[in-house]
Amino acid sequence: MWPGVALHVVSGKGGTGKTTVAAALALALAHQGKRTLLMEVEDRQGIAQLFDTPPLPYEERKIAVAPGGGEVWALAINAQEALLDYLDIFYNLRRAGSVLRRMGAIDFATTIAPGLRDVLLTGKACEVVRRIDKRAPNAYSAIVLDAPPTGRIARFLNVNSEVSGLAKVGPIRNHADLVMSVISSPRTAVHLVTLLEEMPVQETADGVAELRAAHLPVGGIFVNMTRQPMLTGEQLQEARSGTLPAKSIEQCLNEAGLGDSGGAIVSTLLREANDHALRVDLEARESERIVELGLPTFFLPLISDGIDLGGLYELADLLREGGVR
Amino acid sequence: MKLNAPVLEIDALLGDLSITIIVCTGAGGVGKTTTAAALALRAAEQGRDVCVLTIDPAKRLAQAMGLSVLDNTPRRVEGVCGADGKGSLHAMMLDMKRTFDEVVEGHADPERAQAILDNPFYQALSSSFAGTQEYMAMEKLGQLRAKADEDGNWDLIIVDTPPSRSALDFLDAPERLGSFLDGRFIRILTAPARGAGRGIGKIAAFSFGLFTSVLNKILGSQVLADVGSFVAAIDTTFGGFRERADATYTLLQAAGTSFVVIAAPERDALREAAFFVERLKTDSMPLAGLVLNRVQEGSELNLSAEQATASAERLEKLGAHERLTAALLRLHADRQRVYARQLHLAERFTAAHPGVAATIVPALPEDVHDIAGLREIGDLLARKRET
Repeated sequence: MWPGVALHVVSGKGGTGKTTVAAALALALAHQGKRTLLMEVEDRQGIAQLFDTPPLPYEERKIAVAPGGGEVWALAINAQEALLDYLDIFYNLRRAGSVLRRMGAIDFATTIAPGLRDVLLTGKACEVVRRIDKRAPNAYSAIVLDAPPTGRIARFLNVNSEVSGLAKVGPIRNHADLVMSVISSPRTAVHLVTLLEEMPVQETADGVAELRAAHLPVGGIFVNMTRQPMLTGEQLQEARSGTLPAKSIEQCLNEAGLGDSGGAIVSTLLREANDHALRVDLEARESERIVELGLPTFFLPLISDGIDLGGLYELADLLREGGVR
Repeated sequence: MKLNAPVLEIDALLGDLSITIIVCTGAGGVGKTTTAAALALRAAEQGRDVCVLTIDPAKRLAQAMGLSVLDNTPRRVEGVCGADGKGSLHAMMLDMKRTFDEVVEGHADPERAQAILDNPFYQALSSSFAGTQEYMAMEKLGQLRAKADEDGNWDLIIVDTPPSRSALDFLDAPERLGSFLDGRFIRILTAPARGAGRGIGKIAAFSFGLFTSVLNKILGSQVLADVGSFVAAIDTTFGGFRERADATYTLLQAAGTSFVVIAAPERDALREAAFFVERLKTDSMPLAGLVLNRVQEGSELNLSAEQATASAERLEKLGAHERLTAALLRLHADRQRVYARQLHLAERFTAAHPGVAATIVPALPEDVHDIAGLREIGDLLARKRET
């Protein structure tokens, strides 16, 4: 899946595990000797927390080795550093930039023009993409961007319309056009992460519609933290209707040496089974709504003991089995 | 869940007539809006006249509260009152742009107000500026409070906070935005005619010049011109943004205000909650306590995950009913493990913040989108808990 895509943008509602999915995707894409870059833009240091490393500087560094010898690199960018970078590249103003920063001027500039912030951040991602075209020695095979949440993603990526209110001509306008030529092309895919709950699924559906309306290329849906039903279809049916055979269950508990005084264990087990059936139903309904979106969809399991590198490998393997290349 | 923390007595909080503002805060996705709405409904049904300010409710919840009209003023939720007919509930959804426009319109003559509203920089500021939503939530709270003092329509205002990256943004953004707009930088930069750079030293003056020219280069001179005319317009029409923000901030420190911090039993959400609790202490803002939301309940049953799993293994090899029982035992073991992990996280929080009262709301199988659902959450919030 997504062979021609160089820039993978990962968004999702808060709390859905967007950073985890972005990291797993970067690992999956780094398979067999490839090198990928995992970027974050929100000053959260989510990547460092996930990989249990010290806070990332504004500098690309290797953060993990993928199965088969590939590498994942990481970069945490922010608007201030990106503006200095921009001034340096286009105006050769690195030293003046540091004076301006001490005065708080860089902060000021990115504050008065919110659109400038986003164009600088997406611009940095596109600069890394263009290394591939230039066949630069430090080029990556793919870039994964841990992006702002679903509610803001279309506006974040659609820098053209953001900047149009700001600058009609001039360098920043040209910069925005350049960024847009990468982001709205088939070389980019915007993925959304969701859970099988009502609000995240609704936001995902809204997000897809919004991205399509803005002519931004939608990639896939990653359904995170899914759990397999722990009962068979028949058992769930009985749990739902309250017809599980209480008497026989009580007998079996006795067999297992769990003497059940007053049926306390049985009634608890039955109530828990009913809860479970309701949740399975809800998840099935939400799954259906996701499938209706008609996009490539990946179901990732809940890693119950918290995500570590081992868990990320597990998720990355599943993505590869699902056809991510 | 047995948690070693003082009990957050929700009914005592809602029944305390000296409390007139309750602020619900916490990380994104923990159920702030639903909790705020449930608290408001419960207070109204206990006889208080309540106004709830929500920021971004789910569509169906908004409909349930009759929030289909977006006119940026509180609307009465029909049919809500206490047993004796006392009490009422008003609800509104924040329209950030509209609120900002109203501030402008309320403080400038029509012509000048129009000039501000038409200014491109103002338009960017009022619709997409980082922190505007927080600022306007606070502004609206101040307005509602002033209106309450005036006509006595409600005696309790419950506020939901914007879905920021960090819960602290609600407290910090208004100040940041206010000081930015009132800042020396913006004035010097946008009003060179007023003698910009006077007294700031040669090097700084040089840097300002450099900066202005760089900014003009990359943004185009129109942007700075727009900022300049915006600042000039607000300067002569209404008092400092910063003072307005400061006034509302003081309101938050007053004795009639109480904060409720909401967290899910997850590492990130609890970390946010911890930051916020620390901050309230530093700024001497009154904290009511923590709502630990969407908790997987443990059972009163004395059957551990290990025991259940061991028994399941024994039963699995036998007949159909045994297999069914084994599956139920495994389900139970799984729930117990989730419960234990959540309890562990919650205990770490209470160990670090021993004085913070807490209440626990179990995870419901389905989302809430009607008044009855909110009432159920209210009951759970106020439920007695073992300590």
